[in-house]
Amino acid sequence: MDNASCRVLWEAICDNRKEPTMANVISDETIEYVGILAKLELDDAQKEQAKKDLAEMLDYIDELSELDTSAVEPMSHVHPTCNFFREDVVTNGDDRENILKNAPEEKEGAFVVPKTFD
Amino acid sequence: MDLLKYSAKELSDKIKAGEVTVKEAVDACFANIDAKEESVHAYITICREEAYKKAEEVQKKIDAGELTGPFAGVPVAIKDNMCTEGILTTCASKILGNFVPTYSSEAVKKLEEAGVVVLGKTNMDEFAMGSTTETSAFGVTRNPRNTEHVPGGSSGGSAAAVAAEECFMALGSDTGGSIRQPASYCGVVGIKPTYGTVSRYGLVAYGSSLDQIGPLCKTVEDAAITLSIISGQDQKDSTSIPRNDLDFTKALVEDVAGMKIGIPKAYFGEGLDAEVKDAVLAAAEALKAKGAIVEEFDLDYVKYAIPAYYTIADAEASSNLERFDGIKYGYRTEEFQGLHNMYKKTRSEGFGPEVKRRIMLGSFVLSSGYYDAYYLKALRVKALIKQAFDKAFEKYDVILGPVAPTTAPKLGESLSDPMKMYLGDIYTIAVNLAGLPGISVPCGTDSKGMPIGLQLIADCFNENVLLQTAYTYEQMTKKGGN
Repeated sequence: MDNASCRVLWEAICDNRKEPTMANVISDETIEYVGILAKLELDDAQKEQAKKDLAEMLDYIDELSELDTSAVEPMSHVHPTCNFFREDVVTNGDDRENILKNAPEEKEGAFVVPKTFD
Repeated sequence: MDLLKYSAKELSDKIKAGEVTVKEAVDACFANIDAKEESVHAYITICREEAYKKAEEVQKKIDAGELTGPFAGVPVAIKDNMCTEGILTTCASKILGNFVPTYSSEAVKKLEEAGVVVLGKTNMDEFAMGSTTETSAFGVTRNPRNTEHVPGGSSGGSAAAVAAEECFMALGSDTGGSIRQPASYCGVVGIKPTYGTVSRYGLVAYGSSLDQIGPLCKTVEDAAITLSIISGQDQKDSTSIPRNDLDFTKALVEDVAGMKIGIPKAYFGEGLDAEVKDAVLAAAEALKAKGAIVEEFDLDYVKYAIPAYYTIADAEASSNLERFDGIKYGYRTEEFQGLHNMYKKTRSEGFGPEVKRRIMLGSFVLSSGYYDAYYLKALRVKALIKQAFDKAFEKYDVILGPVAPTTAPKLGESLSDPMKMYLGDIYTIAVNLAGLPGISVPCGTDSKGMPIGLQLIADCFNENVLLQTAYTYEQMTKKGGN
């Protein structure tokens, strides 16, 4: 699916979206879209299972809506001090050989990827 | 005495005193591995050749007086989600089934500098996602206390390797209880340090804001020593924190007089196995008898920790696991048409069902339109949970409770119902959300002989209080006091 049709699909999902409530139902379109985001290919049986699993987890996560968090800031880091940065000075050398050691395919010191455009 | 019975510290003392050689210690471990691995399967990779080479080097340095530390010469195991230079690091996943790192994780490097000998890499739930070590792509690990039962997870291989005496200490990682719960199920000591204490450099990321490396050991003393070795701020991990005092062995004092211990009422409600409850409360009584002030209190938001955790952890996982694309390292599908098809096929063939489940949920809660309702909501609830602990630690030095609602389930009982498996994390998970240190210490067995774990939780940076309480309790049980 290209980006444009992906966008159309997503807009359709958003239009049909209900506010999170108990008993979520995951549509075929939604699971299709999640598959695109997650870069996973699911067969029909896996899609049905994924719809069920996702709905069950969302029902459970919806318990969070019992809490009034309107006055609470989202907390991403638990410690007040965060991000320990080093000076922006190069300390490592040319590590090309090591970096390519685990590549599934390499050629002339570069990763080989499938053709991305014609 | 059978040298496998020694703690890591005792073994190293014997080695430094010349009573045991490093090679003899390594021999004993491999002999035991050969005898037990068929039934336990704690390891994914065993590095015999490298271990003997290292043993020789370490012995020379000990003999020359260059290595004098508390773990010099100790054979250890490493969970297979920590990079080890030149040694296969799979994360128990097909997608990393052929990955040989060209560098070692900071924690492993520090241990090696302290003179340990790495015997191998331990089994785990795939990408640390699971509570039983059954989601591994390389087969299940069995609980050495009873091989019909799981060892717990996700650091199940590390816990089993220590419990089966297939090593003297093992590193694990804990994102929602993955050190403490298998320690509890296998009857060993496991500690998850304050977030940021141990560098995550070289740890394959699952939930980066929750992941911490920590040890699984035979004794509280070994846990304190390991922590002293592997802790410290690291420029290669921007979330690592500066801490002044990293000698945790100073906390090994038998004294809880006047220590204020709080027991959250909600940790002893519905769903908790009666035998686990009795054993944990008996431990509380034992600490009380030693002079601790023990009382029950109301800890807020307990039931919201699991939904908040799975939202945050899966969101982070979906982002972290994007790097597995079949280009830079790891598995690549055989046949494909174009780049996007290659990505999709590689990932679909490379990841197991539980990993896919979490990546999909994570992708969903981060997607446009749902980000606020799910992901940001969970981060707000995380703030509330942190506040609840802050309030509790104004009153108490330590929070005491069970590690898990039951002892180790039998193999095959958990995976059929993932939701039930997630609910088993109820007592461990909030500790990760709030970044707190937590320890699991054995506190008896149930009527089937399966180990029960006591969990102690302290405020951030208060590992010393945790270790002192755990050490005091452990010494009592050793003297037959409980």
